[in-house]
Amino acid sequence: MKTANKTITATQLVKDALKKAELFKDYNIFTALYGDKALARAAEIDAKIAAGEPVGRLAGVPFAAKDNYLVKDTLTTASANILKPFVAPVDATIISQLEAEGAIMIGKVNLDAFAHGSSTETSCFGPTLNAYDKTRVAGGSSGGSAVAVALDVVEFTTGSDTGGSIRQPASFNGVYGLKPTYGATSRYGVVSMASSLDTDGFFTKSAEDLDLLMQICAHQDKKDLTTLPDFYTESTAKKVKTIGIVKDFDNDAVNPEIRAALAKKCEDLKAKGYDIVELSMPTLKYALAVYYIIQPAEVASNLSRYDGVRYGFRSENSKDLDSLYGNTRNEGFMKENKRRIMIGNFVLSSGFYDAYFLKAAKARTLIIEEYAKAFEKCDVIMTPVSPNPAFKIGEKLGDPIAMYLEDMMSVSINLAGIPGLAVPAGKTAEGLPIGLQILAPRREDKTLIEFAKEIA
Amino acid sequence: MDITREDLKHLADLSNFSMSDEELTSLQGDLQGIVKYISELSELNTDGVEPTYQVFEMENTWRADEILPMDADREALLNLTVEAKDNQIKVPKVL
Repeated sequence: MKTANKTITATQLVKDALKKAELFKDYNIFTALYGDKALARAAEIDAKIAAGEPVGRLAGVPFAAKDNYLVKDTLTTASANILKPFVAPVDATIISQLEAEGAIMIGKVNLDAFAHGSSTETSCFGPTLNAYDKTRVAGGSSGGSAVAVALDVVEFTTGSDTGGSIRQPASFNGVYGLKPTYGATSRYGVVSMASSLDTDGFFTKSAEDLDLLMQICAHQDKKDLTTLPDFYTESTAKKVKTIGIVKDFDNDAVNPEIRAALAKKCEDLKAKGYDIVELSMPTLKYALAVYYIIQPAEVASNLSRYDGVRYGFRSENSKDLDSLYGNTRNEGFMKENKRRIMIGNFVLSSGFYDAYFLKAAKARTLIIEEYAKAFEKCDVIMTPVSPNPAFKIGEKLGDPIAMYLEDMMSVSINLAGIPGLAVPAGKTAEGLPIGLQILAPRREDKTLIEFAKEIA
Repeated sequence: MDITREDLKHLADLSNFSMSDEELTSLQGDLQGIVKYISELSELNTDGVEPTYQVFEMENTWRADEILPMDADREALLNLTVEAKDNQIKVPKVL
């Protein structure tokens, strides 16, 4: 990652990034740009460099934050109408950590509204376009984050991953995307979606950059009591010898070019002396159903706070408090938000709780156990991220099940709380990026990053 | 499991959405399809399995019961609402 010094100034780095943001405007990456603020920060850092003062490990590095990260005194919309007027009163912990090391946020980037989606098409700002084909989706929900790095607008971006929202857009745009172990990074100041699954991570152009960002951000946070005691900086990477391949994913549901990319990677790895073992993980076929029960249930609960009273959008057509709630929520949420809230309330409602929510919570235990058993046979697991490369804009928007099926290979790791790293793995004949994900047991984030460096 | 018109209305009420009849109709097919899909889970045997609600591995984390300064003060929070008066958030009539 290029940092500022006496010859390459922070001001120059920020100006370059802003110029590129303007150049790629038609990709609809940014929800807001903060050029003046960023240049003022850059001038401060340049002054420190000139004076020989310490400037941090990310001195002058321009970055962008997914627009569900709160950044004090800036709009944080989650790309949802109901949060459009919301000016954040605090900074997310990750933003503070990055800025303390000298990184400079130049803007906020697009996502599916409330991170509900796999294409960034449900954003109230419209879709972000794929970096390799403007007629295709960026992936999602962190579509803007992925395209900003793929087009080299900024050095890195932040993202959030509840069921694949970092790994899938990373794979659709040919960049690295890390979903850390649940609890490795702080969720403070990031708009909650499904709290037992939400994990915050990064998009970069290399595994080395992910390592640096994790050293800076993977720390216990008093403001998020679900953060784990520090483990990343002290941990040593396990030397990977055996790689597991999930044979339950090797079927017609997965695009042949993606299957071929995985097969080729396995051949390369064998030639380099690694062992490949086949894993049978039959419970994973239920992971998507489990996810689309637990996640909407937590969404319904988390999104009950948006009622037009304390912050965000408030409907103007309300004669009393009840209609204020009902109108604000109906006018402010997007269609996919509503589907998830209603399904969440369905699986939690009396009469259906045992058959759906409790059943899914039990199945989640089986999925965790299946991963534990799999990691007895291998050091890491490698699978495709998604069954297809980037699809056409509009292709799946009207069919929620077709959209959900895109998440079939990415959601189980959020249910298990383990880390996953999407790495670029070539392109299709049409020139669309293909991504593979490497998975490891909890707290083995460094193993993933070191292995990704080794096989890059 | 069929999602009836009454079920839909009940879910919209639970979710606090003032939805028009047209909007309810437009969601019926989607929600029916999703419920059908997640119902496939019933074929998985989960007898005797304990449920998992979180993957954090830790029990409650306690801190001392003391008043600490927060990142945002009362004024900053009241600034976020549409209308505030005398340190209170103003809403339309309740009754």
